[in-house]
Amino acid sequence: MRFSTAASPHVNPTNSVSHIMQQVLLALIPGALAMLWFFGAGVLINLLLAVCTALAAEAMALSLRGRPLKPYITDYSAVLTAALLALSVPALTPWWMTVTGVLFAILIAKHLYGGLGYNPFNPAMVGYVVLLISFPKHMTAWLPPSGLSDLHLGLSDTWNIIFHAQYPAGVAADAVAMATPLDTLKTQLGMGKTVGEIWTDQRFGALAGRGWQWAALGYLAGGVWMARRQVIDWRIPVSFLSSLFAVALLFFLVDPTRYVYPTLHLFGGASMLGAFFIATDPVTAATTPRGRLVYGGLIGLLVYVIRTFGGYPDGVAFSVLLMNVAAPMINFYTRPRTYGHRP
Amino acid sequence: MLSRFWEFHGGVRLNRHKELSSEQPLAVAPIPKQLIYPLQQRGGLNSKALVAVGDQVLKGQIIAGDDHPLSVPTHAASSGVVTALEYRPVPHPSGLDGLCLVIDTDGLDRAVRTKSVKDFNHSKPDTLRRRIREAGVVGLGGAAFPTATKMNTGNRTIDLLVLNGAECEPYITCDDCLLRTTPDSVLQGAAILMRILGVERCIIAVEEDMPEAAQALEKAKLGGRPPSPPAPSPRFALPDGEGSKGVADATTYSNIEILKVPSKYPTGGEKQLIQVLTGREVPVRGIPADVGVVCQNVGTAAAVYAAVVEGAPLTSRIVTVTGPGVARPQNVVARIGTPIAELVAYCGGYTERAQRLIMGGPMMGLALPSDELPTIKSTNCILVADSDAVGGEKQALPCIRCGACSEACPVNLIPQQLYWHSRSDQLKKAQAYNLFDCIECGCCDYVCPSHIPLVQYFRAAKGRILDKQREQQKADHARLRFEARQARKEREKREKEEAARRKKEALAKAATDESPGRPPPSP
Repeated sequence: MRFSTAASPHVNPTNSVSHIMQQVLLALIPGALAMLWFFGAGVLINLLLAVCTALAAEAMALSLRGRPLKPYITDYSAVLTAALLALSVPALTPWWMTVTGVLFAILIAKHLYGGLGYNPFNPAMVGYVVLLISFPKHMTAWLPPSGLSDLHLGLSDTWNIIFHAQYPAGVAADAVAMATPLDTLKTQLGMGKTVGEIWTDQRFGALAGRGWQWAALGYLAGGVWMARRQVIDWRIPVSFLSSLFAVALLFFLVDPTRYVYPTLHLFGGASMLGAFFIATDPVTAATTPRGRLVYGGLIGLLVYVIRTFGGYPDGVAFSVLLMNVAAPMINFYTRPRTYGHRP
Repeated sequence: MLSRFWEFHGGVRLNRHKELSSEQPLAVAPIPKQLIYPLQQRGGLNSKALVAVGDQVLKGQIIAGDDHPLSVPTHAASSGVVTALEYRPVPHPSGLDGLCLVIDTDGLDRAVRTKSVKDFNHSKPDTLRRRIREAGVVGLGGAAFPTATKMNTGNRTIDLLVLNGAECEPYITCDDCLLRTTPDSVLQGAAILMRILGVERCIIAVEEDMPEAAQALEKAKLGGRPPSPPAPSPRFALPDGEGSKGVADATTYSNIEILKVPSKYPTGGEKQLIQVLTGREVPVRGIPADVGVVCQNVGTAAAVYAAVVEGAPLTSRIVTVTGPGVARPQNVVARIGTPIAELVAYCGGYTERAQRLIMGGPMMGLALPSDELPTIKSTNCILVADSDAVGGEKQALPCIRCGACSEACPVNLIPQQLYWHSRSDQLKKAQAYNLFDCIECGCCDYVCPSHIPLVQYFRAAKGRILDKQREQQKADHARLRFEARQARKEREKREKEEAARRKKEALAKAATDESPGRPPPSP
């Protein structure tokens, strides 16, 4: 009897790219639900809009590049990029901004570099940074988290704001824009206030910003779940958050009036989202075990530096992109010792 | 339990599928109609056929052999007539045909007379090693390295003999079966090997999910009999009968430890097992003897026992015939040289699910193009896999650098980086990332979410590097020859000129001699 042959191993692999991406998407749910709760239907509209745009852009790029559609569309990587970008932008971002960011992420940051696996920079963060630099005012204007104002926007109001820039009667454009806790802190520190005075503002809660801290806890929960299932390497979030906490604590101990509580750094801004969902993007992160510790640690440090001494209230996106550049070098210098080789 | 052991990096937990064959009793395959013996040896060269077409041969007769240190003699596994010496497909990764001796058996199983050693405790290690070589014993774990050569450790100090019964590949249960049925022969073999090495300590390692094998060994160690006597096997060492008389006493066994190691793939890899048991790492390009350890498969130990004590050459072994593609999976004592088709037929033939024929396990086994190929000394398993193993038409996606491969790699390589360099033909860089330390265990393939056939890339890159090195050697050789030729031509030219000058001088001298008045030139 004749048989077909192939090289060993003769086993079916147990994991797949789409399974990984699906699990990451699942892990986003608690954080995304918290965002939806505190910032309204705009979060959902952004998510749907971004995902549809990403899939269309992905399909277009694949067909232009002559690649098969099915295996790449179903890998969920474009969906994940879109979801991360959508959760990074304010809930009432005009639709065309979201679309622009996603198009930039998929077409330029991903496919111009060769598509899945070849992009040196995290596509979602490239898309976000493009928006942040181009439309700084929009990107820093967040809805007040629910509970902080009596403003209530229904689905149709939100829809009209996002797609037609029409505000409901009696609501001014200013009323739906509020500085984020990190932004508030930065501005008011600049005005000479102390951390203690600033923290009395109603927008600060037990750990960080009201509302915001729940989203952070949601991302933390999803992230821990992923790390336990080995969907992501625990080293990156652990080193990211520890270095951020350590440096924040150090400065806080030096001068607690000028340097804010370390918990705000951990649970404020995009720290949790960044540590578990963005810095862990395998394509653009460092790959060796020790390298990942270095990579995460340096991102945490950069986040603190940018937030405290830089021009932007948050620095996760910039820090990740900066360390993306350094990833190949980190890999090179942190190669593990092969069995039987002297250290 | 775990704390007793060291750990090696990486590895994977696999579905083991061992119950398929291990729950059936050991059977003895009948004499096949034909026996096929590939002449290619471990060194890559063919050994010399010592019989001609038309010759009658007896069971146990040497039919091929030579003096190369990596060669061992081949013995006929039954009596019959040599009917062919020709090129046939052989189980080799190259897929090329190899020269084979073919014997048509006569069913009489007439054997040559064998000489046994009743008490090996008084034999010299060299004598024992020679007997092992003459009996054609090679490593039965899969590598088929000549056992006598491996037992020659030069002037290295050896303090531990490891017998490897950790069958970490899925499906394979031949060592488990051997240990359950004839643990005595393994213990006796261990005693012989310990004597050759002059070591005081031996560990027999089995996997933690082989409790019966460990029990049988413990029982045999205390002088008990194995739980159930197996069907008698041809030339396979059984506890009863002549073999077990006058051999190692129980005091020797007290130095033999039976340990259950974690069932993680590839714990049964030689270097991995040594690391698990001793924490020692074999240096790169070194051998286990460099760290004081010699490792042999348990089946090899049984074969050593048969060779030394019974004088029986290696002509049969236990083969696991298993997989969803076989009707009655089981372990069989098969004569080496038996065509695979006959073994599968004995096990009830193929099922509808049969899709791929693999010699060895699913992780490192060799897929064979046809079942006309013979079983060879290293054939531990015939696996007939179904579409689960073939994997369907899954398309490989680009590497996403998740690092799962590095985490699974038992030798701590960075497979994804090796893949990058192998694929783009940056062979120097691939070597700098220790490509040649890859043991091709397949763990990286198994965990890769992008389904990249990593091992295949590494094998191909290794092949290209070796080709280049050979070409380079050829080029160097050609350059040396060219330079030698140039030098010779130069020398010849000089010599010619010299001769011409001398001739001229001689002529000139003759001319001056003829003309008087001038003084002769000073000499």
